[in-house]
Amino acid sequence: MTKYHPLKELSLARLREFLREPEAVFWTYGFPLLLAVGLGIAFRNRPVEKIYVDVVEHERAPEIAHVLKQNPEMVVETHGEQECRDHLRLGKSSLVVIPGTVVTYLFDPARPESELAHQRVNDVLQRAAGRQDPLKSQEKLVTEPGARYIDFLVPGLLGMNLMGGGLWGVGFVIVDMRVKKLLKRLVATPMKRTDFLWSIIGGRLVFMIPELVVILGTGVLFFKVAVRGNVLAILLLCLVGAISFSGLGLLVACRARRIETVSGLMNLIMLPMWLLSGIFFSPDRFPDALQPLVQSLPLTQLNYALRAVILEGASLTSQSWRLLILAVWGAIPFFLALRWFRWN
Amino acid sequence: MFPSIQNDLAIRCQGLRKRYKSRSGHVDAVNGLDLDVHRGECFGLLGPNGAGKTTTIEIFEGLLDATSGEVEVLGMRWGQNDDTLRQQLGISLQETRFPEKLSVYETLVLFRSFYRQGKNPAEVMDAVGLAEKAKAWVGKLSGGQRQRLAVACALVGNPELLFLDEPTTGLDPQSRRQLWEIIRDLGEQGRTILITTHYMDEAERLCGRVAVVDRGKVIAMGSPAELIASLGGEHVVEFAVSNGATLAPAELENLPAVREARNESSGIALTVTEPHIAIPALLKELQARGLNLVRLTTRHASLEDVFVHLTGRHLRDDEVSSS
Repeated sequence: MTKYHPLKELSLARLREFLREPEAVFWTYGFPLLLAVGLGIAFRNRPVEKIYVDVVEHERAPEIAHVLKQNPEMVVETHGEQECRDHLRLGKSSLVVIPGTVVTYLFDPARPESELAHQRVNDVLQRAAGRQDPLKSQEKLVTEPGARYIDFLVPGLLGMNLMGGGLWGVGFVIVDMRVKKLLKRLVATPMKRTDFLWSIIGGRLVFMIPELVVILGTGVLFFKVAVRGNVLAILLLCLVGAISFSGLGLLVACRARRIETVSGLMNLIMLPMWLLSGIFFSPDRFPDALQPLVQSLPLTQLNYALRAVILEGASLTSQSWRLLILAVWGAIPFFLALRWFRWN
Repeated sequence: MFPSIQNDLAIRCQGLRKRYKSRSGHVDAVNGLDLDVHRGECFGLLGPNGAGKTTTIEIFEGLLDATSGEVEVLGMRWGQNDDTLRQQLGISLQETRFPEKLSVYETLVLFRSFYRQGKNPAEVMDAVGLAEKAKAWVGKLSGGQRQRLAVACALVGNPELLFLDEPTTGLDPQSRRQLWEIIRDLGEQGRTILITTHYMDEAERLCGRVAVVDRGKVIAMGSPAELIASLGGEHVVEFAVSNGATLAPAELENLPAVREARNESSGIALTVTEPHIAIPALLKELQARGLNLVRLTTRHASLEDVFVHLTGRHLRDDEVSSS
């Protein structure tokens, strides 16, 4: 005699429905991948801008040109004065150096690259002439993995996906079943309602794992994002995030009778977090007056925690209060949803 | 209050009322409905759309709460023995869209898993003629196949009491006949079946007893034969005359063997006991009045005629009565 386990069958049904729906698979896995690749390419580190300098023909011109050419970022040409002025006017160069007892710089202060060229060229020439800088300083370039925009972006995209997946993967699925009267049909059987809810949330947690692999994997393989955190810690953090947003998803779906209603509610919930929760830039940039709101959003806390764990290798215990905020955001909607849920 | 132990009754319902709020006050979808369904019978709720059939059956199914009234299902009450009851009920709702990307077999296994005891899903697929479609996705099934799947999902828990809400609505004639055969087989196995329908032929073919429901009340109850016999005549003569604007049906009720006369959308219908007496008398009457007969048909009276007799309206909206 075959044994039938309702929770297993409900979960299998969720899994099959999801995998047999190419659109759902694309929006869950393909979309964040494309977004990460697109943004990664758009914000990839560009080579350092060259500084174009013209030196007006003069007996000291070769000497000045020689000094400037020691700097690899400078492109130096020597022409007659009129030609140099034309180059500057047409934007082919940023600065004209007119040698003499007093060196004259011709530049347009309204052009940032002109101003930059002026500062750099002057520094180089002054030092070559023997200037000593009284304050010792050194320069350190931060272009190594871990400090670039793409490094910042990948955990943010992961957080965004955990939010979207939790809300859509739970909210949409439930309302769709309600619209199709399937929910009513299931309630007409002896099915345990908790089995049903666990299968939906469980399904969401299972679909979350490939999501994590796709987004982090893209970051590591294509953009050399350095994952410093413990893999298990990252997974656990994502689980907490996914459960938290599943609770919200359940809440938005608990009464809605139409797909339009639930879509609107989900966008209403997600929009502030898209804007404020630090997916694309740091939430610390918002004014102080907004910070209480910004900091209380679950995605803000999830993104902070993801960045700390993934990029800095922080432990989960160091993020415990962020986890607590996430848990509260998951638990309260979950219980409200159970209370208000419209089964029929 | 009535005693809880009524072993021969599958459903006992008294004074059932369901009131919905509406913009203009309230609507009584079910308005004092009484009925008993015996164990082992196939019972039909027959009535037009909006008569309150679905509201009634959903209260029996425990999916809706009654505003007032007493309902006992298999000797139990909703709110007290829900899980025990659910284990013994098989339900096919008026409209359920099963997951399109699951196969027929997967859907049945899913529903089977909710019941402690039940039938083998493969066996149920055979019983409803879906064995060939076991691996087909639900989204690829025809309307009739989907409806048979709905019945299969209701059967897979091996229920004692089966609820079928409008099982053949929207199906083509062949699919309807297939489903009728399945339902008749189920009835022969001794299962109790409660079926709602607005098709009088469906009720006549499948149901041992029928309750005719209109505006939330039972207006007649009995076997189809009894209900038809209550008309006083088992035959219906329908005719039309070319210049019959002046002919009032009431003038024909005095003809021999005619029990009732009424206007139809395309002529006049007479309920008669003996056509071989009524028809010659009718022809003579028309001739005497100088009216030209353009059509004359006879048929057996049906539950439709019972409904028209009781309410002056037809069961289905598309058959408009002009009386």
